[in-house]
Amino acid sequence: MAVERAIRDGYGEALLELGKRNRNVLVLDADLAESTRSSLFARAFPERFFNTGVAEQNMVNMAVGLALCGKIVFASSFAIFATGRCWEQLRNSLAATRANVKIVASHGGITVGADGFSHQCVEDISLIRTIPFFTVIIPCDWLEAKKAVLAAAELKGPVYIRTSRPKSPQLTEEGTPFIIGKSCPLREGKEVTIVACGLMVAKALDAARALAGEGIEASVVNMHTIKPLDVAAVVHAARTTGAIVTAEEHTVIGGLGSAVAEVVAVQCPVPIEMVGIRDKFGQSGEPDELLRKYGLTAEEIYKAAKRALSRKRG
Amino acid sequence: MSASSKLLRRPVNDSVIKELVERAKAVRCNVVKMIARAGSGHPGGSLSIVDLLTALYFARLNHRPKDPHWTDRDRVILSKGHAAPTLYAILGECGYFPKTELLKLRKLGSMLQGHPDMMRTPGVEMSTGSLGQGISVAVGMALAGKLDKKSYRVYTFLGDGELQEGQVWEAAMAGAHYALDNLCAVIDFNGLQIDGRVQEIMNPEPIPRKWEAFGWAVKEVNGHDFKEIVAAYDWAAGIKGKPAAVVAHTIKGKGVSFMESKAHWHGVAPSAEEARRALMELGEG
Ligand SMILES: Cc1ncc(C[n+]2csc(CCOP(=O)(O)OP(=O)(O)O)c2C)c(N)n1
Ligand SMILES: [Mg+2]
Repeated sequence: MAVERAIRDGYGEALLELGKRNRNVLVLDADLAESTRSSLFARAFPERFFNTGVAEQNMVNMAVGLALCGKIVFASSFAIFATGRCWEQLRNSLAATRANVKIVASHGGITVGADGFSHQCVEDISLIRTIPFFTVIIPCDWLEAKKAVLAAAELKGPVYIRTSRPKSPQLTEEGTPFIIGKSCPLREGKEVTIVACGLMVAKALDAARALAGEGIEASVVNMHTIKPLDVAAVVHAARTTGAIVTAEEHTVIGGLGSAVAEVVAVQCPVPIEMVGIRDKFGQSGEPDELLRKYGLTAEEIYKAAKRALSRKRG
Repeated sequence: MSASSKLLRRPVNDSVIKELVERAKAVRCNVVKMIARAGSGHPGGSLSIVDLLTALYFARLNHRPKDPHWTDRDRVILSKGHAAPTLYAILGECGYFPKTELLKLRKLGSMLQGHPDMMRTPGVEMSTGSLGQGISVAVGMALAGKLDKKSYRVYTFLGDGELQEGQVWEAAMAGAHYALDNLCAVIDFNGLQIDGRVQEIMNPEPIPRKWEAFGWAVKEVNGHDFKEIVAAYDWAAGIKGKPAAVVAHTIKGKGVSFMESKAHWHGVAPSAEEARRALMELGEG
């Protein structure tokens, strides 16, 4: 049985490493430190941790002020508050000044579960990728999240990383390379490519196995960086397989599917099918129940691949 | 004693006051010319804040215009970013950039954007324009100063209408919580915002008592009296254990009779003829 850990755990672990390595690293949180896992840093380096209270807009701009004075600042909250409530702060004060602030937001997607729609952010990719100078990363497991946080600390400028609440299987290994902006091919096939991010990467692999059972060989790409998008990998996928399925725990409006479609439509049009949330709010429920309810399953990816293939064959 | 700390201690005698009056006059004239040339901008709130900024930059600020990124500099954040012309006129006067740039305000490719853009303008500490955000950045910079055991001070300037933004009060709470006595917020209390009188639109009063209740030391001054203004900056620098708020009573449009205390002049550029009359009143005709 594979290791299962929450993606947000990777953030806490990376912060501990960063705290030891670099005295310039500061962490801010808005009264959700246990949930986001910034609490690990808070306990180890209390003099470099600042709980700014339930005031996310002020937190973002404080982070900017600290960063403009030379600090590397991580700021955390739930994805809906960090992106939705603070969007204009992220745009006008953070990205506009290229400040060295990393927004690492937990509780992305509907797998937040029982807390319901108010806490389930399915719009963050869309919101943040429209802002110039922002890097947007959605890791697929806790280990990739850890590497992403460490890599973000090395990159000067605004970065957004979404983490998730539930435990999920570890898909990558210690030695799996992680380079911001460079996607990871997980499986090679000739007929269709599934491009996925976050928790949907595991589902994409399941779908590819089901397709293989019918003799259909699918490529699977872990697109952990949504911005800057690995355009070469997308173009390669379109050219070599001629059909693409995208899978994301996010609205299909403006997310990973849209980012991929923007490239494909202009550079090498091929059929695309998108698996994601279809312009809806979530609701309370268990993460797995919600994934089924909103069509975020391996089976839906499998069906989408079949549709894409039949469109490709005309 | 370094040159800068000498400047900090320079007493405000009559010759200093005279110099500040001359500087402020030149700044006001430039503000009028810049906005008239640009054909758009915010004369009212730019003119109300001239004396507050002039006193700071020419009598108290510890900075090096030839070395804008000097790490020990005092920081100034214009939270009410629409008063950018005043900041630009002063930065030009200080030598951050050639004054020939001033008349390119708001033009394509200019280093002087409609609202402050730190990526384009030397001396602009923070990009602002969206009200309520600058003060939070000032809190972050003041906190960084404390962490690094630096002696620089952080100043931020807010409008009275801007106080209606909830984020201002988040920042006020944080400034007091972290005991940022290196932080000074100056409120340009001119009584007007875009659509009319602040008290009628959404009353922020009692302003001094609100800042006090949030844990700040508060001083009220006449925002057009240089002796009082400089004394307030010195008072703020002496406060220990909490941030300082200077509530400055000002006149929107100050110095141009037909603009004074008129909400209309918040965001309208003077015509060439109006600019000529304004400059005559200001003593440059
Ligand atoms: C967040 C935000 N909302 C609205 C505006 C548009 N706006 C520009 S100035 C202004 C009124 C500000 O009034 P005040 O703070 O009193 O400024 P002053 O009188 O000093 O010019 C408004 C609403 C803005 N710049 N930012
Ligand atoms: Mg006002």
